[in-house]
Amino acid sequence: MAEFDFDNAPAVRCTALEKRYPDVLAVAGIDLEVRAGECLAVLGPNGAGKTTTVEMIEGLTAPSAGRIEVFGRPWGQGARSDRAIRGVIGVQLQETHFQEKLTIDETLAMFHSFFPVGQSADDVLAMVALEGKRAARVGKLSGGQKQRLALACALIGAPRLLCLDEPTTGLDPQSRRQLWEVVEAFQARGGTVLLTTHYMEEAARLADRVAIMDHGKVIAEDTPDALVASLGADQVIELELEGAPPVGLDALPGVRAVRPHGDAIRLSVGDVARVMPGLLAHLEAVGAPLQNLSTHRATLEDVFVEKTGRALRE
Amino acid sequence: MAEPTKPPPAQAARGPKSPLLALTLARIRIFVREPAALFWVFGFPVLLAVGLGIAFREGPVEPVHVGLPAGDPGTAEVQRLLDGKEGLAVEVLAADALEERLAKGTIDIIVRYRGEGAEKGAAAAPEGAGAAVVDLRFDPARDEGRFARRAVDDALQRALGREDVATITEHTEIPRGRRYIDFLLPGLIAMNLLGSSLWGVGYAIVQERRGKLLRRFAVTPMRRSDFLLSFLLSRFVFLFAEVVALLGFGALAFDVTVMGSVVDVGILCVVGALSFMGIAAVIGARTDSVEVASGFMNLATLPMWILSGTFFSYERFPEAVQPIIQALPLTALNDGLRAVVNDGRGLIDVLPQLAVLVAWGVVGFAIGLKTFRWR
Ligand SMILES: Nc1ncnc2c1ncn2[C@@H]1O[C@H](COP(=O)(O)OP(=O)(O)O)[C@@H](O)[C@H]1O
Ligand SMILES: [Mg+2]
Repeated sequence: MAEFDFDNAPAVRCTALEKRYPDVLAVAGIDLEVRAGECLAVLGPNGAGKTTTVEMIEGLTAPSAGRIEVFGRPWGQGARSDRAIRGVIGVQLQETHFQEKLTIDETLAMFHSFFPVGQSADDVLAMVALEGKRAARVGKLSGGQKQRLALACALIGAPRLLCLDEPTTGLDPQSRRQLWEVVEAFQARGGTVLLTTHYMEEAARLADRVAIMDHGKVIAEDTPDALVASLGADQVIELELEGAPPVGLDALPGVRAVRPHGDAIRLSVGDVARVMPGLLAHLEAVGAPLQNLSTHRATLEDVFVEKTGRALRE
Repeated sequence: MAEPTKPPPAQAARGPKSPLLALTLARIRIFVREPAALFWVFGFPVLLAVGLGIAFREGPVEPVHVGLPAGDPGTAEVQRLLDGKEGLAVEVLAADALEERLAKGTIDIIVRYRGEGAEKGAAAAPEGAGAAVVDLRFDPARDEGRFARRAVDDALQRALGREDVATITEHTEIPRGRRYIDFLLPGLIAMNLLGSSLWGVGYAIVQERRGKLLRRFAVTPMRRSDFLLSFLLSRFVFLFAEVVALLGFGALAFDVTVMGSVVDVGILCVVGALSFMGIAAVIGARTDSVEVASGFMNLATLPMWILSGTFFSYERFPEAVQPIIQALPLTALNDGLRAVVNDGRGLIDVLPQLAVLVAWGVVGFAIGLKTFRWR
């Protein structure tokens, strides 16, 4: 029977992982690795299969096919082994309503008791900035505070792997930054993080590597920089024109790709300065008056658009 | 960044280190912080006992209210004859007031003395001259009216010299354990255990599943058995409080005593509560809808309140449904508790009832655990 291998094995290794529901293939056979000590962000739109994937890794959902190992130890080697795996994972589910009648302290003490080892509640509460609220009932907390309590419950067992499912969805920018700092501090102490999100800023800020997921498949997986570089074009020109988009844009020198983006058109280019004169001349020639023009550095969002033809938040 | 993981510093725990203790404590806290639940478990049964106990208490016997017409020439004579007779309360009132009070039922009978000897036009002529003629007016549709007729008749005849020929002795005291409140109290305890076991377990599970808290528990290393046992333990804490509260209240307010062994009462209550929790385990096994669960729990409780003889004996139901009634867990607990509390029986005497309870509990938990869903 395989034991944990914290030194050499990856934190998570999924092989040909699949989850089939009666009317949908939620996860369509993915291979995914979370290396020990890294932060891997699974980025994808709603319904991509992120939650299903993470919940299979957490042992909550049984895969239809495939294999999952956590620090070298596969699920399903008996109740004792499965409990041991649960003991090294700290989980924040996409949604959890803790008991409203319990205080923060009581909730945390209850979760603490489930784990063979743990960190002190004081430390964890300090990390998530809830020390001042220890005696408050859960029912009286704001959304952001509840989210931080969920994170505290994920950390209380001193996990080696932290699994966070859309931890900042619905949070205000300040709470979001606060949570990012907690995740970074956890990782700085040697922890491994698996995180799902549909915010590319979040993936870009926290992740060592990003796996882009759509329709149950991982369609790209690399460091944020490498993913953007894979576009072969690190600048984007966005045009808004009157009337129908003109033909011939993709034939202009320096233009790598042309895609509609809402009412606008996006051109992926290597060097804006080199493309611009030709572009303006072409628009002039075909008689397409320019309403608006902007440029930005290519982002993970552009990678997603490039790979799927859709925007991330459609 | 990607160097081998070191576990974050582990430190000593605060609070209870046993998951079972921690879960049990949490359940107890949640319960006592819910005022509505406290009322239904402790306040409501006591209120029921007070209300029903008082309504059915055997108070002083209400006397027969006799009305005499003011100004009637015979009234003084009747008053003299009935004066001081046990069980009669005599009042003299104007004729129309008499009729009104008779209609309202605050007077049971009107007595008119018509003098001695046959009166002209009297329907029934008395035998022999000199016999008194008395007219009684009452409502024969009321029990009180018919009873008053006999009581007044009796009192007058004796006062006028009728001799009794037999000596009558009476035994009217109700033996211990046979009053209505004695019957009611074990029923209330059983009903209470049914309600608190079903709602305390079933509702809590479904509410936690709906809030996705069960899934959160499922991804911790907590043992599944601790989760289940925390329900049993916290319920037993409250079971003790509930049973002591109701028995104590019955003893103080109505002098209800446990004729059998208190330990036997405790064992019956624990087995009964486990049996009801088995039903709760089935109801709470899968659904995440509090409404669906509430519906099923009402469906389980309401018919049993009626059929199982909580408020009145189930013997009144037709013979054909008696086997069904006997198979219900609430009937078994009612009968078992009454046998011990009222009749002073022991556990041996209530083995059939215990068997019914155990059967429901075992089947309930088997189905509930087999089909339980954490998500
Ligand atoms: N329990 C379930 N039963 C049936 N379909 C499900 C279930 N859970 C998820 N799905 C479906 O699987 C797909 C992926 O869902 P999910 O993993 O929640 O996506 P994401 O977390 O990326 O938004 C969706 O189409 C969703 O409707
Ligand atoms: Mg999701």
